[in-house]
Amino acid sequence: MKLLSHSAKLFITFLFAILALNSGCSQEEQPGAPQPAAQGEQATSESSRTADGGSGTTAKSARAESIIIGVAGPHTGDLAPYGIPTMEALEMLAVEVNNSGGLLGRPVTLLAMDDQCKPEIATNVATNLVSRGASIVIGHICSGATKAALGIYKEADVVAISPSATNPPLTMDGEYPNFFRTIAPDDKQGQLAAEFVTDTLGAKKIAILHDKGDYGKGFADYAQLAFEEAGQAEVVLYEGVTPGAMDYSAVIQKIRREGAEAVVFGGYHPEASKLVGQMKKKRLDIPFIGPDGIKGDGFLDIAGLNAEGVYATGPKDVSTFPLNQKIRQAYIDTYGKEPGTFFDQGVAAWQAALNAIQVAGTTEYAAVSKALKTSRVETTVGQIKFDQHGDAEGVGFSVYQVQNGVFVQVQ
Amino acid sequence: MEYFLQLFSSGLTRGSIYALIALGYTMVYGIIQLINFAHGEIYMIGAFVALIVSGVLTIYGFSGASILVFAAVVAVIYAAAYGYTLERIAYRPLRGAPRLSPLISAIGMSIFLQNYVLLAQTPDFLPFPALIPEFEFIEPLAHIIGSAELVILTVSTISMIALTALIKYSRIGKAMRATQQDMHMARLVGIDVDRVISVTFVIGSVLAAIGGVLVGSYIGQINFYIGFMAGIKAFTAAVLGGIGNIPGAVLGGLVLGLSEAFAAGYISSAYEDVFAFGVLVLILILRPAGLLGRAVKQKV
Repeated sequence: MKLLSHSAKLFITFLFAILALNSGCSQEEQPGAPQPAAQGEQATSESSRTADGGSGTTAKSARAESIIIGVAGPHTGDLAPYGIPTMEALEMLAVEVNNSGGLLGRPVTLLAMDDQCKPEIATNVATNLVSRGASIVIGHICSGATKAALGIYKEADVVAISPSATNPPLTMDGEYPNFFRTIAPDDKQGQLAAEFVTDTLGAKKIAILHDKGDYGKGFADYAQLAFEEAGQAEVVLYEGVTPGAMDYSAVIQKIRREGAEAVVFGGYHPEASKLVGQMKKKRLDIPFIGPDGIKGDGFLDIAGLNAEGVYATGPKDVSTFPLNQKIRQAYIDTYGKEPGTFFDQGVAAWQAALNAIQVAGTTEYAAVSKALKTSRVETTVGQIKFDQHGDAEGVGFSVYQVQNGVFVQVQ
Repeated sequence: MEYFLQLFSSGLTRGSIYALIALGYTMVYGIIQLINFAHGEIYMIGAFVALIVSGVLTIYGFSGASILVFAAVVAVIYAAAYGYTLERIAYRPLRGAPRLSPLISAIGMSIFLQNYVLLAQTPDFLPFPALIPEFEFIEPLAHIIGSAELVILTVSTISMIALTALIKYSRIGKAMRATQQDMHMARLVGIDVDRVISVTFVIGSVLAAIGGVLVGSYIGQINFYIGFMAGIKAFTAAVLGGIGNIPGAVLGGLVLGLSEAFAAGYISSAYEDVFAFGVLVLILILRPAGLLGRAVKQKV
């Protein structure tokens, strides 16, 4: 028994070592990765991942002085669709930067590494990036992997900017001053809903319902917290409802009895449609607001006329920004497909990182981190700057309302 | 007091739906001691057929109540056909088999029908038109009961009275009672037992389909999975009232519906299922055969 567990440990260690090696190496030479068209003339450069610009400089000398930027995220496995758009967009943009003279007069080298969204691989990736001298990392993608890697970056004084890790404590608990993100954290949505209900709708008594799931209850909890902190309205009812139940009329009568002036619901569209439908039947005519889980065609279809006037929070629409449209078009021209999830945030992270280095005039940690927090920059998600926690100001959610069968942005 | 009445009407409404479906479970169990787990799926199919028919009728310009009646009739016929076929292919070949075999067959049919609808229709929720017409009530009644609830209560009461009359006074009802008492004896006196069993499945399916149509237009959405939860609840109601006992199924449905509504209203809707199943456990501890069930002596 003892022997077995010992050898099992050995085996696992061995396995991890191999995995670490794999994730390190395979990324460097991945030959099958799509190459941006503009990079064709640089096919002679040593590594396919280094997008050295100036045609005159040899690859070797360029590398000696280049600014290394790491890109970490899932590039293989089932979560790869969340990481690949950022990696591809950054490859394209690195070529562009190098073709126009580089950053601070130095070429930019991109170092993409695959963490498969797994915390144990993410730590290896982080160690690898740090030891290769990455001065800034765009990533990671998943909150769990990000959390695992951040300690290593912190030790090495490396800034990490994630396009997608939404777990609120990553910035809020102050443990990682080197962490920034270009996406709004989960709690912002609940906060926004709460603010909207009290400030814009002027409701004083609130009923909060949720579907008992992680997503729905999370939203409801953050909203409740925001109501309590603001102290402007009283939460008179906080209750879970059973998804798939035949009818919610009992809980609706309860909302009426408690005298609630607005309903905040955390959950998805099937329950939301049932609730608004039965509220209408029971003539309970008070505002109803839900998270981005109800902001979609599914809700509009099922709730039909009952959906009119319902509010929902959802990510800000960034597709109308000219800068966003330009880079999106460039991506489509280069890769021949629509960019995927977190493309906007990934590019924004890149733009913020480059701007910070430019403003700081160096890649040194303290200066870059200060520049990120002080300098406003135009990005694909709008004009942003990071607050003292590392969350991007100016990024976030908007409130939408159903008007004549479509969601219209109202705030 | 108003709040109590509101909860009471809400509980009565869902209770009567549970009762409608529970009748199908209890009738089948009473005759062939089989728990027909595919019964919830018949309810779901009834709702789907009604949705399709009402969609077609709306295109042809029919309105309100006429769609409801016509869609319900088609749904009932369709569900009855499903119920008959179900018994014919999944249970009749297993008539002499050990009791576990048809039970497994029933679970298999349930999974099959769910996935059939999933593939043939859609995995998403579909909007169900509000077929039950809205009419105005005078205050304070309007806050206690809505038109949809009133229609559900009326239709299910009529269905249950019709069923009772059928079983009590008609020839086939008499045959059903005889088969329930002793299948072999019934066969000896010349009752076509297979036909009686088929009729039982058809009647149960008709009631389930009526329930499906009513619930669909009451809550406004359906998907392939709604039969599962409704089936579990109705089965609970049947056991609560004493499985095999027809008035018991109705009573069980109402008790279950009311206890859910009051639990949601006075305690927390997060625990309505906990409370409902808690009531079941409690009643089974005190009366193991259910509220109206009679303990059957097991012959060893």
